[in-house]
Amino acid sequence: MENSPLFRSGHTACAGCGQAIAARLVIEAAGANTIVVNNTGCLEVFSTKYPETVWGVPWIHSLFENSAAVASGVEAALIYLGKKDSTNVIAQGGDGSTGDIGLQALSGMLERGHDILYVCYDNEAYMNTGVQRSGLTPFDTNTTTSPAGAQSWGNLRPKKPIPEICLAHGIPYVATASAGFPQDLSRKVKKAISLKGPKYIQIHSSCPLGWRHESNQMLPVSKLAVETGLYPLFEYENGVLTGRKQIAPKPVEEYLKTQGRFKHLLNNPEEIKKIQEIADNNIKKYNLKLEG
Amino acid sequence: MKEFIEGSHAIAQIIKATSPGVISAYPITPQTHIVEDLAKLVANKELNAQFVNVESEHSAASVVLGASATGVRVYTATSSQGLFYMQEVVFNIAGMRLPVVMTCANRAVSAPINIWNDQQDSISLRDAGWFQIYAEDNQEAVDFHLVAYRLAEDKRVMLPVMVCMDGFILTHGMETIDMPEQEKVNKFLPPYKPLYKLDTAYPISMGLLADPDYYMETRFAIQETMKESIVYLSEISKEFNTVFGRDYKDLLVEEYQIKDAEKVIVAMGSVCGTIKEVVDEQRAKGKKVGLLRIISYRPFPYARIYEALKDVSKVAVLDKAVSLGAYAPIAVEMKAAFYGKKKGPKVISSFVAGLGGRDITLESVHEVFRRLNTKEVNFDFIDLKPELLKEEYGE
Amino acid sequence: MFGPLTVNPLKSKGSKTGSWRTLLRPHYLHKNCIACRMCLIICPEGCVSGKEKNAFSTDFTYCKGCGLCADICPKKDIDMVPEELKIEDK
Repeated sequence: MENSPLFRSGHTACAGCGQAIAARLVIEAAGANTIVVNNTGCLEVFSTKYPETVWGVPWIHSLFENSAAVASGVEAALIYLGKKDSTNVIAQGGDGSTGDIGLQALSGMLERGHDILYVCYDNEAYMNTGVQRSGLTPFDTNTTTSPAGAQSWGNLRPKKPIPEICLAHGIPYVATASAGFPQDLSRKVKKAISLKGPKYIQIHSSCPLGWRHESNQMLPVSKLAVETGLYPLFEYENGVLTGRKQIAPKPVEEYLKTQGRFKHLLNNPEEIKKIQEIADNNIKKYNLKLEG
Repeated sequence: MKEFIEGSHAIAQIIKATSPGVISAYPITPQTHIVEDLAKLVANKELNAQFVNVESEHSAASVVLGASATGVRVYTATSSQGLFYMQEVVFNIAGMRLPVVMTCANRAVSAPINIWNDQQDSISLRDAGWFQIYAEDNQEAVDFHLVAYRLAEDKRVMLPVMVCMDGFILTHGMETIDMPEQEKVNKFLPPYKPLYKLDTAYPISMGLLADPDYYMETRFAIQETMKESIVYLSEISKEFNTVFGRDYKDLLVEEYQIKDAEKVIVAMGSVCGTIKEVVDEQRAKGKKVGLLRIISYRPFPYARIYEALKDVSKVAVLDKAVSLGAYAPIAVEMKAAFYGKKKGPKVISSFVAGLGGRDITLESVHEVFRRLNTKEVNFDFIDLKPELLKEEYGE
Repeated sequence: MFGPLTVNPLKSKGSKTGSWRTLLRPHYLHKNCIACRMCLIICPEGCVSGKEKNAFSTDFTYCKGCGLCADICPKKDIDMVPEELKIEDK
């Protein structure tokens, strides 16, 4: 029985994949009148492999970094055909293809003001190629190209602030979401689709393989990311912060100990302090602390 | 209607006549006038198209890929570095069988940076699966764009076409051109009817992963289509002649005074105009010389070239590109056309000239005929300046 | 000639990923279900279906046994049981 005709069963994602959940929620929220442009990555590879596809909407994959540009072409063609008002366009990709190699195309699409929703599935590394570090890999994370070792605590750089970069382009809607908060995610997608112009949603998508946790741990892991302040959920409309998930902040250690990629930090209070600082800064910046 | 017009402006006019739905390009000398003109036409409502000003050539090609996949006629233009930047998208467009038409304003490639004409850029992308047709003059450049759309969008073909015209020489050269009238263009070029497209009414997935069980057949299919298109090019040329009154024969080669020639130069592009003058000059003095101009570089017309030159004893191939570390590109294909065959030239000599925009003068062509004798030249530069090679570096 | 190019989703059957399941499978107790639909929403495969209370079920052709449905159920009405047991689920 098909409960999800737009993103069907039979894809080859890992069991418990956060990105699969998020991708399904996104397209279900956007609806059947949507054309999806996908970057190369886990989602593209596990959802389409000739002769199989799980996409019940028109779907195209071109290259690793150009979904924003290809989507710009799709949108332009739809305008020419007089069909843009009745068709949504979504461009999507992972954190690497969005914030690193695809940043140029994304910036161009935002700057030109295309009516496209860009969705970034943030699993915080180049997962499809084997868990290599990306610009959105958090500080001190153990990845295969930023491994923890005798002289390294993992990734030495902070997370690239793609939502802020998108915000700086002056677009109508920027939001972060999480696969661990599915209803919030659906609501944000629906809100974004209803607006005209370029929109950006970044979805924290857990990865059991790359983050090293059990396949049924998506919810506690994703929730802790938000509840510690390390992954703030917020919404900006026309440059104004109009919504955020307020939290009773938990210490970051609770989040770090759920995943193998942070195992090397657990006996190091100094590094944990640095990560706590990142969380505290987020809490302050977005005013995340619940009152009372 | 005959107009005295700059090459780029003529190209913009003919593209306007084909009514593309989406145009996207990134500025690069010497293609700039074409896209500037198109932007003006759109701004003045003379052309109803979506003009997308992108942030790089990679995105320009991606935009036309997306628009073509949505079932709309598209256009882009580039040169040299821009073509190289969009290289992966170029291969992608051919692999996805989308009928994109692109003008390549041939320009030398970095490094060193050089904005003048040679054919290294498009020749370096010969493996991509695009048709490549080379114009000798601006009339051809204009006409070949019509041929390009007709060929690309043919349901038996569905492959992209690159129309190559020498940068500056043709793009910025003024010529009298018989600009095709709109009614005749409409007669020759029907509206684009896609075989497959992104449409919410009939959802399909495009650009899937093809593992070793499926990949090779896609390449075989493109190769077969290219082979079949040798015939389609003749068909299209005939239709073109009927509508516009200009006969491009088989759109593969042009034979110029080949019949009883003892020495023939093979070349591509605007340099052929110069070569024709030298051929006329030498013929007037009783020398039996000729020119075989290659029009279609991809698909490479091996059989046609064999037919044309099998009885010619000496052939010089004049390349405006070089495959560093090996023999020149067109020369290699020429030799392949004759190897193992019963007949063919006794000598196929290879000369490279005009790189980085160095002028190929009448004297240069005379020099080629001079060096074309019984001793085969594997590879030689024409008009080289040895005094520049004395630079030394280091201690 | 064209070769492998596009795919019509109606002609695509998907991989039978149920064969990946080796350890555990979800068993719906159908006792305290409140039809909150969270199991249906959270399943990465989209293979949970149902509408009424105590009437949700998994399509085992595709279920990979990740256990998220059991984890999210607010009434703990889904158990993850060993695959070998092969309890009959409606």
